[in-house]
Amino acid sequence: MSNKILPLVLGAAMGAAATAAGATTLEDVKAKGHIQCGVSQGLPGFSNPDAQGNWTGLDVDVCRAMAAAVFGDASAVKFTPLSAKERFTALQSGEVDVLSRNTTWTMSRDTQLGLNFAGVNYYDGQGFMVRKDLGVTSALELSGASVCTNTGTTTELNVADYFRANNMPYEIVAFEKADEVVAAYDAGRCDVYTTDASGLYAQRLKLTNPGDHMVLPEIISKEPLGPVVRQGDDEWFNIAKWTLNAMINAEEMGVTSSNVDEMKSSDNPSVKRLLGVEGAFGEGIGLSNDWAYNIIKNVGNYEEAFNANVGPDTPLGISRGVNALWSNGGFLYAPPVR
Amino acid sequence: MSVMEQDSAGAPARASLLNDPKVRGIFYQVVLIAVLIFVGYNIVLNTAANLERQNIASGWGFLENTAGFGIIQSLVPYSETSSYGQALFVGFLNTLLVAIVGIFFATIIGFVVGIARLSNNWVISRLAYCYVELVRNVPLLLQIFFWYFAVLRAVPGKREKWSFFFDSFHLNIAGLRGPKPIWEDGSYLIAVALLIAIVASFVISRWAHKRQDATGQQFPVFWTALGLIIGLPLITYFVTGMPMHLEHPVFVDTGPRIRQGFELNVGFNLIPEFLALTAALAIYTAAFIAEIVRAGIQAVSHGQTEASHALGLRQGPTLRLVIIPQAMRVIIPPLTSQYLNLTKNSSLAVAIAFPDLVSVGGTVLNQTGQAIEIIGIWMAIYLTLSLVTSAFMNWYNQRMALVER
Repeated sequence: MSNKILPLVLGAAMGAAATAAGATTLEDVKAKGHIQCGVSQGLPGFSNPDAQGNWTGLDVDVCRAMAAAVFGDASAVKFTPLSAKERFTALQSGEVDVLSRNTTWTMSRDTQLGLNFAGVNYYDGQGFMVRKDLGVTSALELSGASVCTNTGTTTELNVADYFRANNMPYEIVAFEKADEVVAAYDAGRCDVYTTDASGLYAQRLKLTNPGDHMVLPEIISKEPLGPVVRQGDDEWFNIAKWTLNAMINAEEMGVTSSNVDEMKSSDNPSVKRLLGVEGAFGEGIGLSNDWAYNIIKNVGNYEEAFNANVGPDTPLGISRGVNALWSNGGFLYAPPVR
Repeated sequence: MSVMEQDSAGAPARASLLNDPKVRGIFYQVVLIAVLIFVGYNIVLNTAANLERQNIASGWGFLENTAGFGIIQSLVPYSETSSYGQALFVGFLNTLLVAIVGIFFATIIGFVVGIARLSNNWVISRLAYCYVELVRNVPLLLQIFFWYFAVLRAVPGKREKWSFFFDSFHLNIAGLRGPKPIWEDGSYLIAVALLIAIVASFVISRWAHKRQDATGQQFPVFWTALGLIIGLPLITYFVTGMPMHLEHPVFVDTGPRIRQGFELNVGFNLIPEFLALTAALAIYTAAFIAEIVRAGIQAVSHGQTEASHALGLRQGPTLRLVIIPQAMRVIIPPLTSQYLNLTKNSSLAVAIAFPDLVSVGGTVLNQTGQAIEIIGIWMAIYLTLSLVTSAFMNWYNQRMALVER
């Protein structure tokens, strides 16, 4: 028993903060007038601030969509940049209402950390980036390499598993901040930079000579990335989950931010239900019935968010691949609104 | 006497309990303690309830689970299959290593610079002054970044090297490599010999002191001790048939480019993260120690030097036997604070990927989500380290303190 006292005392502040919240997250959010959204410290395409401090990205759009669903205003959201290490504590302690920070859905995170994953907004996998002049064409040639990565990520564990499974010695150099990983890799401290493949493409843009580096073909893990909320508040969990589903469903139905007003008069009952013309689906998640209309009008559907932030026309130039709709051969499949 | 008279008279003069300052004092203290206990108890209950409600795991069981991540530098055997507890232990040892090496160099640099500041040579004293002002006025984190990122770019890349000391030490971006001693059977005798030499030096030193007190004759203690400490293990080494050899780092410069460079885990390697962190900590703290040393020496009045010279002591013994012992009384207490600062500042290691206690603990925290336990471990370890350092320095201070007769 005595060995339980110390941690409990130390957690006092955290506990006090959590009880003070008391009300549900939705009530809290409505009372303060904005959603507090945990994002990365700068990952182009996913969550990245521009020179004016405006955040953009695929993960940012999830938060903006939630704000649109709750307030009808996609700008009613404030961002908290978090390191990989800080992110879960920030969410658990109530510092942020939702964490949308290229976070991998794993069993331990879902079950032991008091978190709920609201779905997947990007199917990713871990890859390796190396200098072209190393002449490496496969990750299996990386024996004896030093590997730079972030601490507190699934990446750190995957790379350990991969090198161990293939019986290759390696040296891990793990930094807390992504920018320092990039700087150390750029300086030549490591032969290899490993993180989620999307992250590799994004971080490559920050290197001195992006053209000198290549991403190896191997993808060594499953990294389903998605927004996360706290356990124990099903209403808020539903809002997060269905915001994402609404964006995916909208793409499937061909509803975009530009045609959403016309689509309101569509004859398609699925579209009518989604946009709140028929039925009262918004009530079920504690919102107004035009919740999904607001999301699509203010933020757009999944395709729009993808193309604007990470798609082929952006510096990242990522193709839809497995992140295409199920009907186009991808993994994206949202349950129906009915 | 008057008190007794009043008591025997049935204590008529006693004021009401309400006005008795002693009773009041006790009452308020009891109330304060009760409130503190109540608040503490509620905090504990509240936290437990919150953790339970949020479904966050708690307890110490996680320490035995498999860590699964690698650590670049470890003083004890560690692999990905080791437990979280072992990972934290590796982090703790790394913190200890940085603290000890950092304190060692900070003390040396600090004393040299502190004495240099008092030098009569204008250039030397100005240089020392510039060093102190420059270093202590730049935030430590920036200095760590400077050493890591600026110096990292200046040394050769992984596939080249700078060699020195007869080609036995090599520096490149992957670290400072050198030969590693490999101990074989029977090599423990060398350690035993070293121990005997150290004990013998102590005994000789005490004997020499006694003899000098009694007869006034001096004995070359320093040279004898040095000879013993180096000579005895060396003799043992040859007598036992050289049960130790050096493992030299292997530099590969042929074959595929990815395989070129030093082979991992062959020879002895100081990773650049360790070098940068230790250098930054030592140089930063040394600036403060230099000022402390200067203040300590200046606190000894000049009359002491003059008196010592009048007794016929030369400059060296004057400094060693008269000035320094008195200066140490002023130096030691603030020096202790600097040692504590250095130890605690070593937690900035996390910024440059050195796996110290905070860095490894942070990874464990993230993996297990058990923030309260990890933060508890952090606090307990830093507190213990600091208290042990303080206890040692207080003991040393007492030894050096003015003994009044």
